[in-house]
Amino acid sequence: MEITLAILIGLLYAVGAYMILRRSILKFIIGIIFLSNATNLLVFISSGIVAGKPVFVKGARIDGPLADPLPQALVLTAIVIGLGIVVFSLALKYKFFSETGTDDLDQLKKTDE
Amino acid sequence: MITTALPILVPFVFIIVFLFLRSSRLTQWLSLFGSSILVVVSVYLYSRVTSIGIQVLHVGGWKAPFGISLVIDHLSGIMLLATSVIVLSISVYSFSYIEKQFPFSRFYLFFFALIMGVNGAFITGDIFNLYVWFEVILMSSFVLITLGSKKAQLEGGIKYMALNIFGSLLFLAGLGLLYGQTGTLNMAHLAAILREEQHALQVNPATILFFVAFGIKAAVFPLFFWLPASYHTANITITSLFSGLLTKVGVYALIRVFTLFFVQDQHFWHNLILIIAGLTMLVGGLAATSQYETRKILSYHIISQIGYMIMGLGIFTPLAVAGAIFFMVHNMVAKTNTFLISGVISRLKGTYQLKEVGGLFIQNPLLAILFIIPALSLAGFPPLSGFFAKFILFKSGIENHNYLITAAALLTAMLTLYSMTKIWIEAFLKKQPDGTEANPAQNKLSVFDILPSAILGLISVAMGVFAGNFFGMCLEAANNLINPVLYIETMLQ
Repeated sequence: MEITLAILIGLLYAVGAYMILRRSILKFIIGIIFLSNATNLLVFISSGIVAGKPVFVKGARIDGPLADPLPQALVLTAIVIGLGIVVFSLALKYKFFSETGTDDLDQLKKTDE
Repeated sequence: MITTALPILVPFVFIIVFLFLRSSRLTQWLSLFGSSILVVVSVYLYSRVTSIGIQVLHVGGWKAPFGISLVIDHLSGIMLLATSVIVLSISVYSFSYIEKQFPFSRFYLFFFALIMGVNGAFITGDIFNLYVWFEVILMSSFVLITLGSKKAQLEGGIKYMALNIFGSLLFLAGLGLLYGQTGTLNMAHLAAILREEQHALQVNPATILFFVAFGIKAAVFPLFFWLPASYHTANITITSLFSGLLTKVGVYALIRVFTLFFVQDQHFWHNLILIIAGLTMLVGGLAATSQYETRKILSYHIISQIGYMIMGLGIFTPLAVAGAIFFMVHNMVAKTNTFLISGVISRLKGTYQLKEVGGLFIQNPLLAILFIIPALSLAGFPPLSGFFAKFILFKSGIENHNYLITAAALLTAMLTLYSMTKIWIEAFLKKQPDGTEANPAQNKLSVFDILPSAILGLISVAMGVFAGNFFGMCLEAANNLINPVLYIETMLQ
């Protein structure tokens, strides 16, 4: 299971890296979404995955290794933060588009002179 | 102690109040009140750290390493003090530079959100919590930099956003890898584990991810491009605020993680940090010389000064780290001050272009004096703060036989002097150029323009005159960083 997830994470990183190198701002944001999901999955499997075992059940004894609850909590936080950031960047992109009518990153040269 | 959480709680209360306030006049005075409270709180907390010892609060009563701990040691205390001073002066300055009508009056809300994030990053003892505070800083600074939605601002905002989001993702990935190796997020616990098992764990992947992530935040070479592309687009109050606080949080995080728990392969990492530091100073300093717009000169200048702080970390003796801390506080004060003055110049002259201004020395001698203090301080003239900050770093570099970086630092000091002289000659000494008016906007300066610069200038002078005392504070902080036994024990007991 971990191998499958590792390959998936690598794939997501690759797609994300490809997308943030595109010229369109929208594609850049899509790339950020990919990278953010890849990172979330990376954190999620960081301490290993335990199949079919809950974190804890009140009053019940569970044999064998338990799932680690902390990465799950971290990922929940990270997903929410990622959502906020993507929403803000989409709003910024929309505002920029309505001001200038361009989606081309190569046009963004005015502040770099 | 519950007081440990005050640097976060005070701004939080004000954020909630500002959410419901419509009157911008009242908001301004409240923000001044809030920043004064922050000054009092940080002085109180620093005095507690020096008299009683490191302050720890286990939030929610969850003992470390399981809960989130807030911890104020000497370094955090000094950073809180410096932050509160900057915040106070920005609060005063905003009276005449933030417009009163709607989207701009929201400045105060995000201003306090930014302060909450910065203070939180300084006092947290949990590495994931540090990530969360970084995001708080990031979100509020996104809003601040685009406040007003001018074209240039949106463009600068996109560039600022792009690199900083990327940095955050790298930070999060590094954090995941670190947790996978150690099974803890508490910084003191991480230090205890990683210092004990120096070679048993693979933490270099996490280290490089942290280094790049904090490098982007701190704007080191070659990751600094977001800074000169975006800083000069925002309102000058916001630019001054960012110049004082944002990059320094990145430097603080670098100092914290590389002294506390990334202690593997020190030889390699310190060499890398030194190379980066030298390139950062030189590239930033050289880039500043080619600019003719005050805010851009000063923006590139921030980058070159970041190099000095990283250099102190790379040399890694108590003296050098103390120098880095000294330099950081000196730079926060003096750099913010020069930005504030550049705002005043543009208020008088209506432009930031040095070629279109002149004659300010005769027109306003007080402003000239207020500018020359931070400018000479940045260039490193005794008896101002910058001289001692650089002196400590040079001394530690020579003592530790890091001659190359010391030479680079000396060369950069010349470049700094050149940039400051350029602003001084162009804006103050040169005659008003033909075809431009001396005071096109007919603006008169009020006490709110002058007071913040005067406060910060006095602090620069005081840090130079009482350099011995302040150096003592920095050295104590540095000793606690290089040998963090006390930090680890206090947190994990």
